[in-house]
Amino acid sequence: MMKKIGSFFLGFLGVFKKRKNVKLGIYGPPNAGKSTLANKITKDWLGEEMSKASPIPHETREIVVKEKITIKSKGKELTFNLVDTPGIATKIDYEDFLKYKLNAKEARERAKEATKGVIEAIKWLDNMDCVLVVLDSTQNPYSQVNITIIGNLAARNIPVLIVANKTDLRKADIKRVEAAFPQYPTIGISAEKGHNLEVFYDNLFKLMK
Amino acid sequence: MLTLQYIPYHEFAPLTLDDKLKRVLKSVKLDKIIIIEGRLDAVEESELIKRTMQQIDKKFKGIEIASIDYDFRSLDLLDKVKKNIAHFLLNRKPGLTIVGPATVVKEIRKDPTKIELMTLDKKNR
Repeated sequence: MMKKIGSFFLGFLGVFKKRKNVKLGIYGPPNAGKSTLANKITKDWLGEEMSKASPIPHETREIVVKEKITIKSKGKELTFNLVDTPGIATKIDYEDFLKYKLNAKEARERAKEATKGVIEAIKWLDNMDCVLVVLDSTQNPYSQVNITIIGNLAARNIPVLIVANKTDLRKADIKRVEAAFPQYPTIGISAEKGHNLEVFYDNLFKLMK
Repeated sequence: MLTLQYIPYHEFAPLTLDDKLKRVLKSVKLDKIIIIEGRLDAVEESELIKRTMQQIDKKFKGIEIASIDYDFRSLDLLDKVKKNIAHFLLNRKPGLTIVGPATVVKEIRKDPTKIELMTLDKKNR
């Protein structure tokens, strides 16, 4: 009996502890704008950026965590740890980085780090409480990487909000992203230009309630 | 020369996850494009990506992969049940998975019920 009461309280404390350290992951393919969104969130609510964003693919090659971000909307408050992850890809060719004026040594090093980053990002899926899947809304959403990420989150019952990014670009097609993943809410934003961020934050509250 | 290798469901499904990944990557690293009857599940796919990343080197640049489901959405309930029973009795799994080496396959386009596979010109490999 005492054992049962003890395990009940430990379980209760575990839930409490978990809620206090909610991890919000940002996942997606390379160059979808994950770090740009992470920076926008931390800039809005902490006044500082957390990651380096650049047009070169695989700029984020390690997991970056920013703790205790509190966002406020309509009298409500939400605190979480934000986890920016490396882009998930199925292929990495160092020669692709040469186009961005990296020398051969830098390109090889970047490719090596990028492969490790992909593995880390996949391993971290198990640690997430909620996930923002950031997709480039100008690209075909039916890529296998997108399907694999979302399939893995579904298999783990992790709540998901799909962020169709880069809506400021002419080729953006939010409806196509919505049609690809109808089981999850999709919100169109431009993290770089700050478009539709208020609606995004409202959806974040719904995701993490 | 382009080599396509077909792996039937009854040959692939009984393998352990480790053996499935070894089988896929062994063929892909020999520049073969493999077509697997049935879909890899999401966890198998993420393990395949992890294993691929571990093996990337000067020669092996990774994979292109796409899975496709038969679209049962347009069928009514009775037809869905019939299809599922047929697949069960024939020991088949609906869907296909295509995996190829990134040095041979440029892109696999999915949209969403058809797959187009584009290969690289030999001079660009």
